[in-house]
Amino acid sequence: MAKIANKQVICDVLLEAAKKDKDIVALCSDSRGSASFTPFANELPGQFVETGIAEQNLVSISAGLAKCGKKPYAVSPACFLSTRSYEQCKVDAAYSNTNVKLIGISGGVSYGALGMSHHSAQDIAAMAAVPNMRVYLPSDRLQTECLMKELIQDDKTAYIRVGRNAVDDVYEEGNVPFEMDKATFVTEGTDVAIIACGEMVKPAVDAAAALKEQGISATVVDMYCVKPLDKEAIVKAAKGAKAVITVEEHAPYGGLGSMVSQVVGSECPRKVVNLALPDAPVITGTSKEVFNYYGLNAEGIAKAAAEALK
Amino acid sequence: MENLKALAYELRENVIDMIVEGKAGHIGGDMSVMEILTEIYFDQMNISPENMDDPDRDKFIMSKGHSVEAYYAVLAKKGFFDIKDVIAEFSKFGSQFIGHPNNKLPGIEMNSGSLGHGLPVSVGMALAGKMDEKDYRVYTVMGDGELAEGTVWEGAMAASHYKLDNLCAVVDRNRLQISGNTEDVMAHDDLHERFRSFGWNVIDVADGNDIDQLKAALDSAKETKGKPTVLIANTVKGKGSSVMENKANWHHKVPNAEELEQIRKDLAAGKEAALHG
Repeated sequence: MAKIANKQVICDVLLEAAKKDKDIVALCSDSRGSASFTPFANELPGQFVETGIAEQNLVSISAGLAKCGKKPYAVSPACFLSTRSYEQCKVDAAYSNTNVKLIGISGGVSYGALGMSHHSAQDIAAMAAVPNMRVYLPSDRLQTECLMKELIQDDKTAYIRVGRNAVDDVYEEGNVPFEMDKATFVTEGTDVAIIACGEMVKPAVDAAAALKEQGISATVVDMYCVKPLDKEAIVKAAKGAKAVITVEEHAPYGGLGSMVSQVVGSECPRKVVNLALPDAPVITGTSKEVFNYYGLNAEGIAKAAAEALK
Repeated sequence: MENLKALAYELRENVIDMIVEGKAGHIGGDMSVMEILTEIYFDQMNISPENMDDPDRDKFIMSKGHSVEAYYAVLAKKGFFDIKDVIAEFSKFGSQFIGHPNNKLPGIEMNSGSLGHGLPVSVGMALAGKMDEKDYRVYTVMGDGELAEGTVWEGAMAASHYKLDNLCAVVDRNRLQISGNTEDVMAHDDLHERFRSFGWNVIDVADGNDIDQLKAALDSAKETKGKPTVLIANTVKGKGSSVMENKANWHHKVPNAEELEQIRKDLAAGKEAALHG
């Protein structure tokens, strides 16, 4: 099957569900094209709301719709949705306990050369700090599908971040190990535990394969559920390893690395190395070039893991 | 029908009790908004503790959430909770009656307090009504200082774009905010023109503390089709007592014993005048 982007999967799942449930509504802020939601808007115009370039309004309108029985999905670039609309996410979605699903598309450094205004390297920290807000970063199209099918069934607020481009599969079609709010152990090893989320899971898996050739046995944990964080999985992975590596497409503060470090530090102290984007505007380039530059690729992860064990 | 003019004064007395007991409260805006809330809740809206689960009932968002004391007094009178509990617990440690609306309490739809949220949320509620072809109406009350928030205008744009004639906003135009006169802080004396240019039906209420004028304006809003309506209700901040009226420092203030005595006298006189005047 041809690769498709995670955001495309979200549209596909929602469109199918919305055909049977008229209360499912998608909202975009002049972002239907970039979100891959044009098919939804064209097929179900009565269940699609355009707010124009007004992300704060996007979230507040979603909350109002939810309060009146609708099941809104606010779909907008993660950079704007998570920080420009932060207060609306906090007050109107999370604090008011409305069933608003916030879909942050083209997250992290997906927009590469467009610069820091278009990067969302703070969204995990920002969203996870809000009570009542769940935060999910699925790793591939197959897991995204599983996640969306679960989220459609519940009536609570959540923020879901996906990237812009299609990514290599982590899992096998028809055989996706998925349990809601439980991290997935992609590989199990005995030397080092690599805990990653979103599009960093695939390079983490590739790093584990490279480490195996060096005689190093690695566990890879796909922590798609950043909040509620699967602490049991972290403790299990860390206890079975001599060092822990975290990998995320996020700023070095307040993201997955910080959260994992808190758990490991208090429950089963080990050396923890956080791999993340720098605390600076990132270098200009495609997301792949950016990842390579900062070592957020299989080679960089494997190198960090080997060094942590020295 | 109950004498709503007198009721507004009785509710003001509840607010004073709340603020004195809780030692906190946005007293000036509570007083200015009281007739607006009274007319909306006791004459216009189809809402009660019994019909909250009815999808066809009317909806309300208190966008100027800091006037929560006035809102509590109204909701208690509607039977959502006991005013004695509010007066005893308001603002105190562990209380559910906090200083801004919270939807864990019966009767309150959404948590507010951060300004500029009520109108966009109301747009969503009105849009849901249009999608489901329901007849309910959505009301929201904003402060005039609040209109400096950009999101008010994002919501205003969307409301007219989607022709939300089931939406009615009311601006409590008391002309004072915490730092002073609204025109000095951030001028918007061309408010009517601003809303008109955003595609709204604009109704000026010369005396926004007059129940009859508010009723006429809100009745007229119901008849307006194809566009949302906003009432610019010209009110008096601190309305009801000379101690507080038109004084910016009464935005958030607890009266001392002497002031309290005068305020109680003035409110009693206002109620008496409404009953027999």
